[in-house]
Amino acid sequence: MYRSGKDIIRICNERNISIWRLALDEEIELTHLSEKEILKKMNEVLKVMKKSSESFIESDSKTLGGIIGGESIKLKKRMDNGKSLCGDIINKAMIKAFSTSQHNASMGKICAAPTAGSSGIIPAAVITVAEEYNLSKNEAVKGLLTSSAIGKIITLNATVAGAEGGCQAECGSAAAMASAALVEMLGGSPEMALNAAAVSLKNIMGLICDPIAGLVEAPCSKRNASGVVNAMISAEMALAGIESVVPFDEVVEAMKRVGDDMNSDFKETARGGIAGTPTGIRIKENIKNH
Amino acid sequence: MKEVNSIFDVIGPIMIGPSSSHTAGAARLGKIARYAAQKDIASVKVYLHGSFAETGDGHGTKKAIAAGLLGMEPYDERLRNSLQIMDEKNIDIDFENKDLEVSHPNTAMIVIKRSTGETDRVTGSSLGGGSVIVTNINGFEVEITGDYYTIITKHIDAKGLIRDVTNILAEESVNIANMKVIRGYGKKEASMIIETDETVEVEVIDKIKKMEKMIDVIYILPIKENEDV
Repeated sequence: MYRSGKDIIRICNERNISIWRLALDEEIELTHLSEKEILKKMNEVLKVMKKSSESFIESDSKTLGGIIGGESIKLKKRMDNGKSLCGDIINKAMIKAFSTSQHNASMGKICAAPTAGSSGIIPAAVITVAEEYNLSKNEAVKGLLTSSAIGKIITLNATVAGAEGGCQAECGSAAAMASAALVEMLGGSPEMALNAAAVSLKNIMGLICDPIAGLVEAPCSKRNASGVVNAMISAEMALAGIESVVPFDEVVEAMKRVGDDMNSDFKETARGGIAGTPTGIRIKENIKNH
Repeated sequence: MKEVNSIFDVIGPIMIGPSSSHTAGAARLGKIARYAAQKDIASVKVYLHGSFAETGDGHGTKKAIAAGLLGMEPYDERLRNSLQIMDEKNIDIDFENKDLEVSHPNTAMIVIKRSTGETDRVTGSSLGGGSVIVTNINGFEVEITGDYYTIITKHIDAKGLIRDVTNILAEESVNIANMKVIRGYGKKEASMIIETDETVEVEVIDKIKKMEKMIDVIYILPIKENEDV
């Protein structure tokens, strides 16, 4: 049983396995499902993720709150015109993250990863990298297994809920999970994967959860887009051999303490931050009177 | 400390957006209410409390509760059209915002009128991540998460009755996962909440219902159970 990043590295090194294998073996032990059944379930997850991350690239429609929409289309147009500032792979990932966020806010079918509000990050990271590097569906599923192990550690030792820990706990965890997945998909070691996860969490430590009108739209969808970029740059650093100065477990513990100390105005109550700006309040009133 | 029993609790659930608490959890509450009414729903009144009342519209909470009442899962794509489906089935559904004087912000009280004229009242809260807890059914204080098959009895407090009920279940090879016995204060009525691993046949529930000193029995299916809408 692994309950910390330390456990993951110790067991993976002892058995000479990757994190995805550890996650899969423990799931077999915990649920008594066969490897084949678990992989089938994760394939189903990947299918849902793929659909949600592509549904709003070509078409557009209103979300429930009507606050967001059309971001994927705009980014794609700019990229197709050869004008990308960040390069195609970053753009493609952002386009997918925006699509899933819009899909979620339009009552589409998504996979919470680890939450619905942050559901755009992991699909965008895993699917974009699989496509760009010509990796098979199985490799993408392995990436999801890797990310699940990271998410499990954070759930056990801190939280992944915005209402408990702010956005750092939702989009931060999603980015940490995604970055570890990318590291393993690209051949990095378990240590590197945990370094990437630690860096992702550190990059947005302290980020509050401040949704306008309490809806999962703004600033959530843009934080999903920046979240996948966070995951990608963290993976890049780790794969280059850059280490997190503070180990993953201590970063998780720090993230929890920051979340505990966070004023409740900043934990999904739609009172503080962006939600509390004059524009945020005006949008809320408009929705209420609609 | 929290437990993670499956990686699909972390990467999951697969659900209709936008919110695991306001949408997926709301659907699960609706589904438990459906079972409390033995799937017989003529009309429904739903009282929304706290954040369910304040942000329910922007989260599709009403549609989600209606979907659950129709027997849908949180991942059912028809969830979006549940109010229309209710209308097509001639089931009246009405919503009202109300302070239910409970601590949890995401709470709903669902009042169902059956075709037989009976009324069922189910109060429950969405706890986040799609998990829920039903705290009251028809005045019974309960704690139902929808993970098990659950039998709730209301009976006259009498010696040996608990033994007789568990004997009936044992005879049918039903394994009890959890059990709780509650006695009303100063009253002669008591209640048992029995969670089982296996499904309990209708005949067995009827047998318990017909026991001497038994007042009423409610049987709730786990919400994982798929059913045709």
